[in-house]
Amino acid sequence: MIALGGWISLVAAAACAVAGLAACARPRGGRRVVPLAAGMAVAVTGAVALLEWALIGGDFSIRYVAATTNRTTPLAFRVAALWGALEGSLLLWTWLLAALTAGVAVRTRAPAPRLWRGTVGVLLGLCAFFLLLLVGPADPFARVPTPPADGTGLNPLLQNHPLMILHPPLLYLGFVGMAVPYAFALASLLAGRDAEDWVVVSRPWTLGAWTALTAGLVLGARWSYDVLGWGGYWAWDPVENAALLPWLTATALVHSAMAQVRRGVLRAWTVVLAAATFWLTLFGTFVTRSGVLASVHAFTQSAIGPALLAGLAAVTVGTLAALAWRVPDVRDAGSVASVASRDALMVFNNALLLAMAATVFVGTVFPLAVDVATGQKVTVGPPFFNRAITPLGLVLLALMGAGTVLRWGRSSPADLRRLARTGGLAAVAASAAAAAGLRAPVAVVAVGAVAFVALAQLDELARGVRALHRGGRPVPAAMAELVLRHRHRYAGYVVHLGMAVVVAGIVGSQAARLEVHRALRVGEVIRVGPYALRVDELRAGTYPDRLVVWAPVSVADGGTALAASRDQAPAAVLRPSQNFYRHARTPVPTPGVRSTWREDLYVVLLGFDPGAQTVVLRVVISPLVSWIWAGGAIMIVGGGLALWPPRRP
Amino acid sequence: MRRARLMLAAAVVVGALVYLVIGGLRGAVVYYITPGELLDRGPDAVGRPLRLGGQVQPGSRSFDPRTLELRFVLTDGRAAVPVLYRGVPPDLFTEGQGAVVEGIYGSDGVFVARSVIVKHSEQYAPPSP
Repeated sequence: MIALGGWISLVAAAACAVAGLAACARPRGGRRVVPLAAGMAVAVTGAVALLEWALIGGDFSIRYVAATTNRTTPLAFRVAALWGALEGSLLLWTWLLAALTAGVAVRTRAPAPRLWRGTVGVLLGLCAFFLLLLVGPADPFARVPTPPADGTGLNPLLQNHPLMILHPPLLYLGFVGMAVPYAFALASLLAGRDAEDWVVVSRPWTLGAWTALTAGLVLGARWSYDVLGWGGYWAWDPVENAALLPWLTATALVHSAMAQVRRGVLRAWTVVLAAATFWLTLFGTFVTRSGVLASVHAFTQSAIGPALLAGLAAVTVGTLAALAWRVPDVRDAGSVASVASRDALMVFNNALLLAMAATVFVGTVFPLAVDVATGQKVTVGPPFFNRAITPLGLVLLALMGAGTVLRWGRSSPADLRRLARTGGLAAVAASAAAAAGLRAPVAVVAVGAVAFVALAQLDELARGVRALHRGGRPVPAAMAELVLRHRHRYAGYVVHLGMAVVVAGIVGSQAARLEVHRALRVGEVIRVGPYALRVDELRAGTYPDRLVVWAPVSVADGGTALAASRDQAPAAVLRPSQNFYRHARTPVPTPGVRSTWREDLYVVLLGFDPGAQTVVLRVVISPLVSWIWAGGAIMIVGGGLALWPPRRP
Repeated sequence: MRRARLMLAAAVVVGALVYLVIGGLRGAVVYYITPGELLDRGPDAVGRPLRLGGQVQPGSRSFDPRTLELRFVLTDGRAAVPVLYRGVPPDLFTEGQGAVVEGIYGSDGVFVARSVIVKHSEQYAPPSP
């Protein structure tokens, strides 16, 4: 019953999408577009509700339910199983796209009457494509002839961490959201020159998608740190790259859109960026869902790979044709007047972000290209990405700081003096880091760049606050008023500050990471860096869904002696464990982590022998890792601030 | 004039980028042969330093925590080669995943690996269950 109802909902949604598309194509079909878009969104919501119902109720007659849950799966992960595998995640994807389409149909009709029909039409066309995939080759409601007594269960790597509940939906929201600026850009191209400014109308949607994508990337890094047990957070895995690529171009898009609105420049370029960003989200979906590039995240190779490839090809050809036909007509209303201006830095920033995206793209598809061309098997490892991205990233940081200090149009001599002062302070910070014992030249330069960005943002905030404070306002009230009144501008500064904190975390954790592997007996004490560690015991516990073996490790830091006896109180007790899930062949580790603002002590249980009472531990000390999470949170807050609707005058 | 300067700047930027990418790729690309290709070479392959890439066969991984000996089987769906590695399993090492090992193929048919690189990209499909 559930399966049939779900499939019928999807068919109804597909019918609404096709009818809505037809209505958009007719000159006077506008009346019917909103009800059809809303009807489609409601129908997909119904399908999602039915699949959730089946997942929560454990209806193993549905293949998807049997493949992703079993009787012991905790409730939260049954809900999250919706995006735990291929068909369900495509349904979530389509649901988000349908909801956004309905939202755009309702909310942008008044501000963009001329662009509206084309935009909604493009979005409905995309919805129709994904809905046809769902009722055909990727049917999440497909049934098994003989229902099993119990399901297989979710991939243990996904079930082992609560972030699994948040990370994928946010990432998808970011991906799907990039369809909105694309739809607006394409509609404005086709509508010609006197249509409304698509960049202004689509701005909140673009910023929302960017913020969701940022949150998805940060939470994905955190998940990887907490679950994969290697003490790292980014591996340049093809699927990670697939999510990073549209983030890079979307970041470029947000900046070039600002230059377009403020100075009338980069108009054609902004259209190209919106198209490229959307294309990269589709490319990312294709890479993750087709099995062309397998990775830790690629859950499948399946029949929908060719369908996605066909969709990608159609979008590519259609968009390129529209660009070739219309972009020559898109004229800038102004020009970049001076190199020492914010306008010029927006151009440079875009060039760098695009260069980073191109590098990551080449590294990601290189193995595929070589195999197709020569039949040789190759891999491209993290060293390539690190080597290529680091210099580009450092220059980008320098531009980020300078862009905040300089003005639109032409900067005054006072601005240039402030730029020199901020740069000087950053150089002092870098020298201080070198004097304090930082050896790697890259790290020293990075400290300077990070300081430059942070100082530029803080100085900008402080100048505004001081001006209001001089007018008689207390500092906190001045700060609140300033940020709320010029929300958009200060949101940008907050995001930059967050980015500087993230980069500081990355540089710190790479520069002085210490990792040791050690086999030791229960009761034995070892020293790692400034810490003394003692394995207290080896314990096991059974839970409905898994068997857990853990090795409590007492930690003392800063030279305190940790005796082999048990009577002394340790500074911390970490509980690294291994989780043996039913139906899973290899155990999943859960590291024990002691996190401070200075550094993380990260302990993984790699192996154990209950007979001999020995364990093998991986101990990682990485400085400043928590800065990455803190900086990510600051960036997300900044994104949210920019999204907050402006006060009505 | 303006346009020419712009093109020149763009050419410099693109050139620098191409240099960066090509230079970076040269050092970071790992070429390897698959278990099937190793089998085809027959006795020629024994005793030579090689790079072997494939999937870690599910159920084949065993790790002895006392001796720090890791054993697993690499397969490309056509042939399977047992691998011995002395050390802790590397980051992200799981069954069913791609891996490249560097080492020497012994006359006993066991590949003794000096290093294990977990592979994050794999363009051929793993053998279906």
